[in-house]
Amino acid sequence: MKFSPQAAAILLGLALLALVPVFSALAGESFYVDLFTRILIFAIAAMSLDLILGYGGMVSFGHAAYLGIGSYAVGILDHYGVDNGFLQFALAIGASAAVALFIGAVSLRTSGVYFIMITLAFTQMIYFLGVSLNTFGGDDGMNIAHNSDFAGLIDLGNATALYYFVLGFLILFLVLGYRLVDSRFGMAIRGAKSNERRMIAIGFPTYRYKLAAFVIAGAVCGVAGALLANQSLFMSPAIMHWSRSGEIMVMVLLGGTGTLFGPVVGAVVLLALENTLSGYTEHWQAILGPILVLVVLFARQGLFGLVERRAAHGAGRG
Amino acid sequence: MAERWAPGGDLLETVGLVKHFGGLIATDQVSLSVRAGELHAVIGPNGAGKTTLVAELAGELAPDGGTIRFAGEDITRLKAARRAHRGLARSFQITSIFREFSALDNVALAVQARAGHSFRFWRRAQRDERLQAPARALLADMGLGARGDVPAANLSHGEKRALEIAMALAARPRLLLLDEPMAGMGPEDSARMVEYLKRLKGSVAILLVEHDMDAVFALADRITVLVYGRVIATGTPAEIRADESVRRAYLGAGEEA
Repeated sequence: MKFSPQAAAILLGLALLALVPVFSALAGESFYVDLFTRILIFAIAAMSLDLILGYGGMVSFGHAAYLGIGSYAVGILDHYGVDNGFLQFALAIGASAAVALFIGAVSLRTSGVYFIMITLAFTQMIYFLGVSLNTFGGDDGMNIAHNSDFAGLIDLGNATALYYFVLGFLILFLVLGYRLVDSRFGMAIRGAKSNERRMIAIGFPTYRYKLAAFVIAGAVCGVAGALLANQSLFMSPAIMHWSRSGEIMVMVLLGGTGTLFGPVVGAVVLLALENTLSGYTEHWQAILGPILVLVVLFARQGLFGLVERRAAHGAGRG
Repeated sequence: MAERWAPGGDLLETVGLVKHFGGLIATDQVSLSVRAGELHAVIGPNGAGKTTLVAELAGELAPDGGTIRFAGEDITRLKAARRAHRGLARSFQITSIFREFSALDNVALAVQARAGHSFRFWRRAQRDERLQAPARALLADMGLGARGDVPAANLSHGEKRALEIAMALAARPRLLLLDEPMAGMGPEDSARMVEYLKRLKGSVAILLVEHDMDAVFALADRITVLVYGRVIATGTPAEIRADESVRRAYLGAGEEA
């Protein structure tokens, strides 16, 4: 079988991720499974943002809202004694999609900087809604008593099981995502990013395709939120804070926009760096900042774009 | 939607079209018609409102007054994307293509636009022969058969203009609005474009806005002359050449004064 360098890098990356629990066991540090579960959840969130940002040109500065909605869907149902995972995840997807439909329907009437500001404003409204929900812990958030129960098929209380559950979702969304961006629908949103006026002139009602992409991205991020609730067994408005939206966007830019796997790389690098650096100094952001600047300056295509290029050179020489 | 329109009659008809930009009148009571299969050129000096007129016909600008009828239907308030589906396609004065896409993908996307809705999420568009085959044929028609894989941004200027026409034709339009297709072209590319348009003539009605007078008089069945937003004359190339007001206002401006 022949793979493009890009495809080979993705397969290698996923193979390494699949081995994380093994490495973790060998190192005798179960903590790594936990860390990487969290990383992969953010990778799903970042990948879903890349779908609209990298392919659709929609710079949504409010993607953390759906992380919060997915998380609250699990937490609130659990609070009322419903721990059925199918119901919880269905609510997470449905609620995120519905909110994305509303936010997208309004925001997509604007573009450029106005689009960024309006998505940010909506997310702040949802954040403060979370703060005001005293029944569910208000500002402090609330513990979640049980993991989602998928009819006893999988025990998400087991760290390794949860890890592979999350990895499974990541792979599923990657496969669906790569098919989507090359499908007719994908060409429609990429065309709208490239030249919207031309798209309209050749007869595409771009608004509805962009809105559909916005809803799909929101729903996928909602799943990430539901997974996050299971990983931390805790929910709080902090998940939806605007700085969280910024962090997800940094993952996309760091890894490479319009690549889907780039944001996965971005999530791994950003959160692993954060975790490592914060072990040395509490001023770790002072080190992370310059690293980000360097990447943006010297790797316009993001880290994944860099890997791709090197691989192509290597193949040329070999 | 009674079929009042019959083939051979007026495909497009505007009546008393008006558009203001503040105090400036860009379109002043413009009434013109394009018959089915006809090549109708619109000429006029800079600032005559030609591009504004194309934008109103394409549905990008809403006129302040007057009506636009297309194939017997009033489309004055119809959105641009819907007009495209009714069979009105356009090219832009300033090249407007999908620069990151290959030439073939540009045309395939235009083919996709007429192939029903695009809520299809699984099958790869680039392996869909229902899009690729017509796109390849259109590229070949425009002399770009060997350039399909080239990113559109890397095509020469003349090739980009030809690509635009291929994209407009992908919609299988009944009327093609061409806004200065030869703008910025060298004589060689211009001559090639005139040849394309000659071959195209008759199979689709064309409203051609163009500065290149040689091209206009070589191609047009009828010509409308626009000055300061007003139609000052409409007729065959011979009639326009002979028209006194046109000579004064436009063709021989300065020479005979």
